[in-house]
Amino acid sequence: MPISTNRRTLLTGAAGLGAAASLGACANARVVGFDKSRKSLDIANSSEPLSLDPHKATGSWENNIIGNMFIGLTTEDANSEPIPGMAERWEVSEDLLTWTFYLRRASWSDGEACDAHDFAFAMRRILSPETLSQYASFLYPIKNAELIHNPPEGTTALSPDELGVTAIDDLTLEIRLEHPAPYLPQLLKHYTAYPIPKHVYERVGDEWVKPANIQVNGPYKLTRWWSNYIIHLEKNPRFYDTENVELEHLYFYPQNDVQAAARRVLSGEAGWATRFPSNQVEVLRRDLPGYVRVSPYLTVNYFSFNMTRPPFNDARVRQAISMAYDRDFVASQIYRTGEQPAYKFIPPGVYNYATTARYPWAGQPLEERKREAERLLREAGYGPNNPLRFAFSHRNTSDNPRVAVVAQNDWNAIAPWVTVELRGVENQVHYANLRAKNFDCGDGGWIGDYNDAKNFLYLFESRTGAQNYPGYNNPIYDQLIRDSDVERDDARRAQLMLQAEELLLREAPICCSVFINSTNLVHPDISGYEDNIEDIHRARWFGIRA
Amino acid sequence: MLALAVRRILVAIPTLLAIVAAAFLLMKAAPGGPFTLERQLPPEIEQRMQAKFGLDLPVGEQLARYIFGSDEGGGLIRGDFGPSMTYKDKNVIEIIAEGAPTSALLGLGAMALALLVGGGLGVMAALRQNKIQDYAVMALAIAGVCLPPLVVGPVMQLLFGVQLGWFPSQGLYRDEFGLAYLILPIVTLSLPLIAIVSRLMRASMIEAMRSNAIRTARAKGLPEAQVIWRHALPIAILPVVSYVGPALAGVMAGSFVIETVYQLPGIGKQFVYAAQQRDYTLVMGVVLIYSFLIILMNLAADLMYRVLDPRTRTA
Repeated sequence: MPISTNRRTLLTGAAGLGAAASLGACANARVVGFDKSRKSLDIANSSEPLSLDPHKATGSWENNIIGNMFIGLTTEDANSEPIPGMAERWEVSEDLLTWTFYLRRASWSDGEACDAHDFAFAMRRILSPETLSQYASFLYPIKNAELIHNPPEGTTALSPDELGVTAIDDLTLEIRLEHPAPYLPQLLKHYTAYPIPKHVYERVGDEWVKPANIQVNGPYKLTRWWSNYIIHLEKNPRFYDTENVELEHLYFYPQNDVQAAARRVLSGEAGWATRFPSNQVEVLRRDLPGYVRVSPYLTVNYFSFNMTRPPFNDARVRQAISMAYDRDFVASQIYRTGEQPAYKFIPPGVYNYATTARYPWAGQPLEERKREAERLLREAGYGPNNPLRFAFSHRNTSDNPRVAVVAQNDWNAIAPWVTVELRGVENQVHYANLRAKNFDCGDGGWIGDYNDAKNFLYLFESRTGAQNYPGYNNPIYDQLIRDSDVERDDARRAQLMLQAEELLLREAPICCSVFINSTNLVHPDISGYEDNIEDIHRARWFGIRA
Repeated sequence: MLALAVRRILVAIPTLLAIVAAAFLLMKAAPGGPFTLERQLPPEIEQRMQAKFGLDLPVGEQLARYIFGSDEGGGLIRGDFGPSMTYKDKNVIEIIAEGAPTSALLGLGAMALALLVGGGLGVMAALRQNKIQDYAVMALAIAGVCLPPLVVGPVMQLLFGVQLGWFPSQGLYRDEFGLAYLILPIVTLSLPLIAIVSRLMRASMIEAMRSNAIRTARAKGLPEAQVIWRHALPIAILPVVSYVGPALAGVMAGSFVIETVYQLPGIGKQFVYAAQQRDYTLVMGVVLIYSFLIILMNLAADLMYRVLDPRTRTA
């Protein structure tokens, strides 16, 4: 059939296509990040969860989701303080080694009872080596946990049935410990101690966590997980406190790109971003009044010295390098959200740990410290004839490369014969190098998994193995940590840990850099969001301001 | 034609195997592994993890296990792409199946747009050769090739999404497919394609319009529109077809940049994250899909050629 057109219409037709494309656009509604009428909240979460199984999760971004689905024996309030969860109350024996938890009557989202048996089952599962849990070591204070999960070399693992957790009856759970652990209520609110639905697991095994199978005992239930895109949670009407849960829908987006997270809030498509680019804080304060939330956080950035080979097998060199680094500049100029320079290792505000530890030279001005550093290096045998050269390895993500340049500059300025070379690599390669001790000096960060100083200090115990990046091996330090483990008195325990931290600062296997703050963008009409040191904010506490 | 298709598909099998082997070895050469993490695993657990995925075997055996499976089953030849090494609750097929519809939709949409707009512009430029429209189109084409989506994407988001508010700027409308949500990414993805298609189209159209066939058609007194549509276009479109085949495979296998900028759930993004996290099985899965698409699209382009160009039919 001949087409009755001429060249002119052909030309205009091609040009008109753009206009046609834009017509279809107006049909769809846009996502409203904090939709008050629909009671939904879209959340820019920092990364993609690799598992929603509480026994296999490892990241804070996974915790942000899982913690809205499950409730442990204890749980957290809006300030992230431990409060009774599935356990209404508990008793501790005279020797502090046996804890008895009395559970509330509650059910899974399918109506089956959620009771002490689910807890006992869950703890056996996470500690059983077949589960391949990476965080099971959290539960090592429980009797026999370590012998089941990671027995000493040359011995066979105990059976999970030997675990010191017993369901005495449906609503009574007894936990026996290896050593007193006054922080147990802190620990039990962590996701490693969440219950899992025994009846579902027995039917489908590891598939229990798929949206089609999963049952939860917490405020929200998983309805969809679209990899690397979205996770949708819906309110669970069978949650024991459901009448006080206001939001109906939660949508989590994995937002690896922190700029994009801020964009999502700026465009109104998210009501909460779990972090934002620190160097844009002024702009965000202006464009999003009332959204910016900055709070101290359980995070320390530090550099490890490789103590297994020169030059950092010499304490004088380590101390000199630690002291010449201008952490005040980094804290105030590289980070822009009020970060604190780290003159000690354990972040301020850690539970039950009023630290007075500081680097011995913390009060001296930088110029004086640099002179002292040069003196120490000369004492260690370095000088114009024996120049000090080493490489600083760092992660090439977020602010780390900029910090590295400052550090390099500070160290080169000690003396003309100090030369620092920068080696920026991707995270995975960096940590592989650190573990293999294939570095001189390398950056790293540590986010506390629970609010206790032990969770930081254990990093440098000799038994920690490859993750003890400096290769620090000091029997006195190890003994202090072991003593603190079995100490029953809170104040004395804190004292022992303080001694360990002071030892760490004197011997300087690491150079403490900066205490990182948590940064969030939160819609000002969300009530019940409280800044806290663990940066844990459960949606069940959120409300809607009119 | 059928014989050709069958022959090409048979040749594709060793090609795919070679690609699998090459990709596998390259990936193994990268330092680090899926379990090199900030927090170290207890040795017992790490050993079990390595054993579960066969990472404790020599590389050659790992490859054999990946392709042919072990006694417990699995293996590519049985259609099993294996479990993901980083996602603990999902396997490779599930992850690719989640991402594929979005990537395919984006790729097909962008290519359709590129063919319509780029083709149209190319034809227009050819018919108005060395006039202002021609220069305008070619300037646009240069810009389209030179401006990477990494730049165009965020600019479009800011302009049309945030400032003007015409289009949503990211996602798909939560867990549903929203048409309006696909417009900006499709346009961004199609810009470089439009540029290339319009240049190809212009060049081949100019040549076609000078050919003897067209002179004959005009001599017959056919209307100009019919000369262009019926006679010039089928000749002129041949180079475009051979470009579109592999290019379509490329865009349908996902664009990391587009999917990241617009926060879309495609396999391009999965691929890059998987490579960063050393999720060997997931990387292999995407490589396989991509190679398969390339082979398929090349075959499709060859078959199209035969339909469009009578000269190739006898060969």
